[in-house]
Amino acid sequence: MSIRHGLLALLDQGPRYGYQLRSEFEARTGATWPLNVGQVYTTLGRLERDGLVEPSGEDDEGHVFYAVTEKGRAELRSWFGSPVSRDDPPRDELAIKLAMAVTVPGVDVREVVQAQRRHSIRALQDCTRLKARAMAEGAADSDGDLAWLLVLDQMIFRTEAEVRWLDHCESRLARHRPAAAAAPAATGPRAEPGPEPEPEPHGSFRRRGTRPRRA
Amino acid sequence: MTGNTGSGAAAPVLRLEDVSRVHGRGAAEVHALRGVDLEVHPGELVAVMGPSGSGKSTLLTLAGGLDTPTSGRVLVEGRPLGDLSRKRLAAVRRRAVGYVFQDYNLIPALTAAENISLPRELDGASARAARREALAALEELGLADLADRFPDEMSGGQQQRVAIARALIGDRRLVLADEPTGALDSTTGEAVLAVLRARCDAGAAAMMVTHEARHAAWADRVVFLRDGSVVDEAGAAPAESLLAGAARDGSGPVGR
Ligand SMILES: Nc1ncnc2c1ncn2[C@@H]1O[C@H](COP(=O)(O)OP(=O)(O)OP(=O)(O)O)[C@@H](O)[C@H]1O
Ligand SMILES: [Mg+2]
Repeated sequence: MSIRHGLLALLDQGPRYGYQLRSEFEARTGATWPLNVGQVYTTLGRLERDGLVEPSGEDDEGHVFYAVTEKGRAELRSWFGSPVSRDDPPRDELAIKLAMAVTVPGVDVREVVQAQRRHSIRALQDCTRLKARAMAEGAADSDGDLAWLLVLDQMIFRTEAEVRWLDHCESRLARHRPAAAAAPAATGPRAEPGPEPEPEPHGSFRRRGTRPRRA
Repeated sequence: MTGNTGSGAAAPVLRLEDVSRVHGRGAAEVHALRGVDLEVHPGELVAVMGPSGSGKSTLLTLAGGLDTPTSGRVLVEGRPLGDLSRKRLAAVRRRAVGYVFQDYNLIPALTAAENISLPRELDGASARAARREALAALEELGLADLADRFPDEMSGGQQQRVAIARALIGDRRLVLADEPTGALDSTTGEAVLAVLRARCDAGAAAMMVTHEARHAAWADRVVFLRDGSVVDEAGAAPAESLLAGAARDGSGPVGR
């Protein structure tokens, strides 16, 4: 998350001081990314060093205001104009866990999947309650609340994507069980750990060449 | 019999007792549903999820009295549907149960408003009153302008919302919806869920089939079906919180 650009975007709307920036940032993002005021000042210091912001006076209480420079505006426009990089996806513990689960004998992968799905749906329910409340309070009326709704939506869509991926994993697993009998199993996948399933090709996995790949 | 029978504050609107449904015989036998127990209480929205063919629509048709279980009982507001005469069953379906079909089931020869008001008129409401209610329902779903269009003059998503309006009109204590958001874009789908949620918050009970976790998350409970069986549930069992009157005022387990 780019705090730098977040602060630049706030300063683009007029000079502000550190505490103000912090509370406005949190209001927009619904404290999804809590900032401490130290981070704000550190970031402001770097932005000033790079010529993207400059101090613009103090008020009676001694708050130092910062304003965005022309260079800072250009940086902000370029940020809005370029997609967020996906080069460096965070290592996903869940992906690692499932990748391990399918290779370790005796692990009930379906239960791993279902436990995660249950958890994710609960998280979705929590977010959705917050959203329903925000919508009921007429959140779309203020820009700050709209920003909060969008952030909530992002958490919701992300979690949903995880659930969809889990659904997909489950059906792939169901199909992957080696067919023991000639007839297709009408009863669905068995619960007991069967022969070790082979992992799907995936990123850093190297296939063990012990079993011929089925068509 | 009314929805609020004093003492039993949380008496379920819908109750399935060990319900199974088998289609076909012998080699062609399909166990669409296997021994399902389920309750939906007033104020509760329950989502049903599961892979294609897991029995979701079967569950809903049984709950709505459109099909009869091979074994087990289905009770709506305490009345076992199996004990009702055909005529009484039809009345329950028309009056107490709103049903949104997976494929909408609108009558092509009737306008949107007529499709919606039909069940009310069949129930003895005056044509004017029924139309007024239909227009209000259309308005609620953002379709006020389409009252006099025929189904084939509407987009799929608009037809779907008309079908939802039809299921919500009148005093439906139980709303059953089979993928009510399948043809809708994300914000329209969300608006429909908000309407459904509001109905439940006002005291109705609803059960909705969906493939989308985002939509299921509006529910109080999510039931997972696999191969005709309920394999898991997510979300708080609401019985206690309902009794405590704290169902959705923010003091529940996940409110804040
Ligand atoms: N009239 C019927 N005769 C025979 N089999 C049927 C009949 N209706 C449903 N089935 C079978 O019962 C099972 C459950 O069907 P159902 O329609 O309830 O699935 P579903 O979960 O709603 O799936 P989808 O997500 O695709 O709508 C399926 O295997 C289906 O083929
Ligand atoms: Mg179905």
